[in-house]
Order: sequence, then C-alpha cells, then structure tokens
Amino acid sequence: MLKINDLRVNYGGIEAVKGITFEVPEKNIVTLIGANGAGKSTTLRSIAGLVKPSSGSITFEGQELVGMDTPDIISKGIALVPEGRHVFPDMTVLENIKIGAYLRKDSLEDDINWVYSLFPRLRERSWQLSGTMSGGEQQMLAVARALMSHPKLIMMDEPSLGLAPLIVKDIFSIIKEINKQGVTVLLIEQNANMALHTADMGYVLETGTITLSGTGKELLADESVKAAYLGKKNK
Amino acid sequence: MKNTKNNRTIKYKLYSLGALLVTLLILGFLQVNSSQYSYQISILERSAIYAVVAVSMNLLTGFTGLFSLGQAGFMAIGAYIVAILTIPVEQRASVYYVNGISPAIANLQCPFWLALIIAGLVAAGIAALMGIPVLRLKSDYLAIATLGFSEIIRAVIAAPQLDRITNGSYGLKSIPGFPNLFVAFGLCALCILLMVLLINSSYGRVFKAIREDEIAAQAMGLNLFRYKQMAFIISSFFTGIGGGLLAMFMRSIDSKTFSINLTYDILLIVVLGGIGSITGSVLGAFLVTAGREWLRFFDNPLYIGGIQIPLFRSGFRMVVFSILLMVVVLFYSRGIMGNNEFSWAGLGRLVKGIPDRFTKKKQKGDNTL
Repeated sequence: MLKINDLRVNYGGIEAVKGITFEVPEKNIVTLIGANGAGKSTTLRSIAGLVKPSSGSITFEGQELVGMDTPDIISKGIALVPEGRHVFPDMTVLENIKIGAYLRKDSLEDDINWVYSLFPRLRERSWQLSGTMSGGEQQMLAVARALMSHPKLIMMDEPSLGLAPLIVKDIFSIIKEINKQGVTVLLIEQNANMALHTADMGYVLETGTITLSGTGKELLADESVKAAYLGKKNK
Repeated sequence: MKNTKNNRTIKYKLYSLGALLVTLLILGFLQVNSSQYSYQISILERSAIYAVVAVSMNLLTGFTGLFSLGQAGFMAIGAYIVAILTIPVEQRASVYYVNGISPAIANLQCPFWLALIIAGLVAAGIAALMGIPVLRLKSDYLAIATLGFSEIIRAVIAAPQLDRITNGSYGLKSIPGFPNLFVAFGLCALCILLMVLLINSSYGRVFKAIREDEIAAQAMGLNLFRYKQMAFIISSFFTGIGGGLLAMFMRSIDSKTFSINLTYDILLIVVLGGIGSITGSVLGAFLVTAGREWLRFFDNPLYIGGIQIPLFRSGFRMVVFSILLMVVVLFYSRGIMGNNEFSWAGLGRLVKGIPDRFTKKKQKGDNTL
C-alpha cells in the first residue's frame, strides 16, 4: 500500500534519514522502532509532506507523494497522529473531532458515533475543553480526530509517549481494534515491547538507516533488539 | 428535566428580546431628542464603530492567532474611499479649494451603503495582495510588517502626488453623516453579526484550530496559508467598513486620524475585552470610549476648601485611565471576558456569585462570566 524507496531527508547539513526502504502492506500494522534521533518522526513527517525529502520516493497505492502538499496527501486517505498528541486545547472534544473530518463534505453523524463507540470516554466528555483532559484521554482524542478523515492508512507518532503503562495497554488494544476494522496502521514507537507485540511487521531504525526488519515475533526474539530496546542482557 | 431546560432557553430568548427592545427604545428616545443628547450619542456611535473594528481585529488575533497591527491602515483606506465617494459633488470645489480635484473623481458619487461596500472590498483586495508575502511571517514579525504597512498607507495618503485625490494634508470634509441613529447602529450590528456567524461556522472552527496548534492543523490537512489569508481578508474587509463608518461619523478626516494610535486604541479594546471573545470586544469598545469621557472631570480644576488640588488639570484623566487599565489587566489578566461569550446563564451565575465572594474570603472567584 505504502512503499518507501531510498528516502533521504536533510535538515540543513545534517542527514536525518539516510536512504531507507520499507513497505507497509494493506491491512497490516507496521512499526518503526528506534531510539531518539533515529529518524522515525522525520520519516513520518516526510510521508505526510510536512518535510520535503532530498531524494527517494514515497508511493501510496501507486501514486507518488513526494512533491505533493500536505492537504493533497491527507485527502488521499492518510491520517497523521502527531507526536505529543497536539489536540486543540481550547476547543471542545466534539469540535476537535469535527475538525478531523474537515476535508469531507458528507454527513458526519455516523462517524462521530463510530469514534465515540471506540472511545466511550470521549462521548462522556464531548463538551469538555480538550486541554483539560488527561494525557491518555488527549491521546485517544488525537486518534479519534485522525480517524474522522476516514483514512486508509493511519500513522501514529509515539502514541504511548508519557502515558501510564495501563493506559498504554488501552491505546494499543484500540490500535488493534482499528486495524481489525480495516485501517492500515504505521506505528512509530520507542516502546519496542508493546509495539512489536502488536505489529505484524517491524523495522528497526538506527541513526537514519534500517538495521533490522522482520515480523513482530522475529524481532522480539532477536538478540540485538532484546539488548538494545527490551533491556534484556545477552547471555 | 428536558422541560425545565426548554423553559430556560425560552426564558433566555425572552431576556434577549427584552434587551433588544430596550436598546431600540433608548435609540428611539435619543433619536427624538438628538440635539439635546448629541454628546452622549457621539460617544455611543464612536463606541459602536470601534466595536466593529475591534471584533474584526479579534477575528484575526483572537480566533486565528495572527497578531496584526495594520488596523489603522485598512481603516484609512475605507475612510478615504467612503469620503471620496460620498462628498456631495456641489461641495467638492470648497473641499478641494487648495489643489483642485482630479477630473477622474470629480463627478463620482454613490450612496453611502454602496460606498461602504466598496471601501470594504478595496481594503480586502489590498489585504489579499499584502497577505501573500506577509502571512508567511509569524507572531511579532507579522505585527511589525503590518504596522509598517499601516504607516505606508498613511504616508501615501498624505503624499503631495495624491493631493488632487486625497487632498493631502488638508484632509477631507463635508462627508455626509448617518441619516439617523438606527442606520449607524444597525450597520455596526450587522457587521458584527456577520462576523459572529462566520466564527460559529465550520470556517470559525478551522480558524481556531490554526490558533491552537499549527502543526496539528496542518496534520489534519488544513491548508494553513489559505485560511490565514481568508481570515486576513475578511478581517480587513470589516476593518475597511469600520473606517468608512468612522469617516461618516467624524464628517471630516485627515491622514493623522489614522496614525498608529488608532491601532493601539483598538488593540487596547480587544485586550481589555478579552482576546477571543466577541462580546468582550463589544463591551471593551464601549467601556474604553465612554471611560475616557466619563473621566473628564479629572481634567477640570478641583477646589477643596478653597485650595486647588494640584493634580486635577488637563491630561490627568489619561493618568487615571492608564492606572485603571493596569488594575483591570492585573485582576483580569485575560481581559474582562477571557475567551468566553456573554450568556444570560453566565450573568445569572455572576450575580449569584457576588455574595459568595464576600463570604468566602479564601476562595478566588473566577473572573469569567
């Protein structure tokens, strides 16, 4: 569905992504894991068109995305849940959700009910200002907002960031649920353990290059992944 | 339970209707006795016009998060266009007595409502052109760029090359005023109503999203530049109309009227009323404009027991006014209304809350309606 080929991104003189190639097959959950500064967020941002890559190609359902503007990319059916949630704090939950569907012209009623059924907590808080909610609730709202655009592919940048372990579990079970309903998921995580348990496919990113790839289970069993991300010592 | 809720909305609707009726009655009374109350009327009219400009500035600053200081420039454009298009042809010779009038505009005259719309459209058109480079700037830089623009407009209007159109430094006079009070206040109310409708539409939601978080707004697929441009154009449209209304109110204008001080007055109103609150801006416009006048007694010499109190002389009211402003900003740091809007329910809570403030000493009352 999404193919990335030899993608390179520079920030000034610094090369943040040094030629990565990977693929997100339809209806799968694919995760990119890696430490800070590995280039995970940069990769996502260049898929969404927020950063212009210096070379390489990104194709979505056969269409080249490099060079397109963000609104056009989003309207192709890609949604981005930005890192650190970025909900609109002084707007109500419902307003936030409606903004997510801004590119659509049809009736929203069914979809609002759909996201409320995924996140019953948000229905209770429909009229609350989203800035006053807890981190976990804001993350749920950010995901709900992204789903309102009816994406074929939803990209999430560290949904577990700064959340309590129990809430992280909730978020990941919702990610699985969303995937079951037919949405392809590209997940970026530092929480390698949770991410690899959830994902069908995983890629390990280190300082701008992909060093390892495989199914979630394979990577979980890999010694170097265990050592670097799961805190298990090599014996 | 649903019934009581319905009853309440009906009750509030009746209140609003009552308030509207009272306003109309007061206007009618003032209209009938206009010669007797001309001073009060002029304060109210100026307040209403400032309210239009303040709400349009709030649309940009409070709702879209673009801090622009170009209001005086757009008002100048609007005011001059209305003036040039409405001064009666037979009086033009006496207005342009020094430099003569350019033949291009000598016989150009149209009704005031058309002139106001043209004024708004020209201001919006200039905003559209200016927005292309300027809206790529952020926060303070945008403010500096628009401030510079406003000064350029003023300089251009006063330029000797345009003497035969703008009458240069002599300014324009004999501008026809409002036919009656209802027209003046009706036009102001209509402008504000249109902006309220815009803010409550889905466009308003997009504007707020840009204010709150540009990154997230972009990730939602919003075309940031397009909506910033749109907010800037709409705001300038109503600022231009506000300038035109000011010209009709003042009857004579010159380029000095539209100095940077005018922008600061509007900014003061917006900040005092609450950034992001329309009712706040309207309230602020009336408080600031009327407040300056009420405080006039500070300018008169005051004698207590035959001794003149030295502080009371002309200019002292501005000192008092400034101190009052500081007090308001200290205690209501987000403006009088914050970013809330007026509602009857909110007013009810406020009135009920007043006794609590005196009984519960420790509890800090929230300063929102």
